[in-house]
Amino acid sequence: MSLVVRLRSVVCLLGRFPALAGADLDVTAGEVVLVSGPNGAGKTTLLRLVAGLVAPYSGSVEVLGIDLVADRRSARRNLALVGHETYCYDDLTATENVEFFARASGRGDTDVAAALDRVALTDAANVVHRGLSAGQRRRLALAVALVRAPSLLLLDEPHAGLDALGREVLAEVIREAPAEGRTVVMVSHELEIARPLVSREVRVEGGQVWPVASDARAPVSEQLQ
Amino acid sequence: MNLWREAALVAGKDLRIEARSRVTLGQVIPFGMIVVLLFAFALDPDRGVLERVAPGLFWIAVLLALLLAVGRAFAIETHHGARDGLRIAGLDGSAIFLGKAAAIAAQLLVLEVVVGIGVIVLYGVEIHGLGVILLTAAAATIGLAATGTLYGVLAAGLRLRETLLPLLLLPVLAPVMLGATRAFEDGLAGVPGDAWPWVGMLSVFAVLYSAIGVLAFDALWEEAT
Repeated sequence: MSLVVRLRSVVCLLGRFPALAGADLDVTAGEVVLVSGPNGAGKTTLLRLVAGLVAPYSGSVEVLGIDLVADRRSARRNLALVGHETYCYDDLTATENVEFFARASGRGDTDVAAALDRVALTDAANVVHRGLSAGQRRRLALAVALVRAPSLLLLDEPHAGLDALGREVLAEVIREAPAEGRTVVMVSHELEIARPLVSREVRVEGGQVWPVASDARAPVSEQLQ
Repeated sequence: MNLWREAALVAGKDLRIEARSRVTLGQVIPFGMIVVLLFAFALDPDRGVLERVAPGLFWIAVLLALLLAVGRAFAIETHHGARDGLRIAGLDGSAIFLGKAAAIAAQLLVLEVVVGIGVIVLYGVEIHGLGVILLTAAAATIGLAATGTLYGVLAAGLRLRETLLPLLLLPVLAPVMLGATRAFEDGLAGVPGDAWPWVGMLSVFAVLYSAIGVLAFDALWEEAT
């Protein structure tokens, strides 16, 4: 199986603080990986690093076979991130937001109505972002991500702020991802909800990525050597 | 998608947001008119002075309104992390620069028409060289929008951006103020031939800052926090 994410000895600084200190991680195509860990461990930094939103201080980051440091733009075109914020514009409607980001990603021919239907937002299609509830905004962010048909879907605390319907929609999106040729890396604190949806779990702690297994005594970096 | 399509997409998005939020119509244009009105009240006893200083006052009003327009253009990207959405979409930084500058230029042109009518009515100004006036306005507006967009993204990453933007931008725009004011004076005085060197200088300024923006904006956009 081809590697979708390949991190080697990645050091990532937030100011002077090393959020990641020599982290290694491999994610193969079609995997659904849960990233767990305590607050401030560097989980969000890991996702933002893979999304090309923060640059590594040292080490190598390859996403979909593309070196992120050398060509961030090409890698970004094939991934999507649902983060803590919606990345949407307050004064645009749900339809306009999805349409804009689809066109910006070179997918102007995408069926916007179908994208909104998939996240159960058809009724709010013409409501501006500022008029949506918190849960609807989260679902809109998911629609914006999915409309780009990404090969890699990055989810940062995707269950936060979602109602039962939203969680159902999200679970369906994650379950269908491998069949749609999509790899998912999800950061979550809601482990009881997230674990049944994933194929593998890793833990970020002390700036390293650790495999989650009862007998794990070494970080991923030592296992890859 | 090519550069110009991406630029048109960004410009269309910014103008749609402005049309819906009505910040330009409701705040920027009234602000420009208030500046013109205040000078009219202050200098009213001497209509001759008003006529003589009208070109300078017109461009001061435009310049101050530019600060609001630039601040607004980058503020919409900070809400809900929209800037990260644009980055992940993989849009070319040059296209974002051109699109944002075009949207700011369009708003300034509307402002200039309204403030221009105000100056004619309140200051009793007569136009003798309309062609020079229009060319000056076009060249100066492109220069203002390009420079404003370039310095807007520079200030966008700073904590004190609201107060730093005028400090950074206004000194750089001194040549535009000088050239546009002198060209307007010649246009209004009926000696358009004297205005051409100033129009030439404004055109060079506009081309220079547009080129710098196209080349440098991507790196500044990526680094802005």
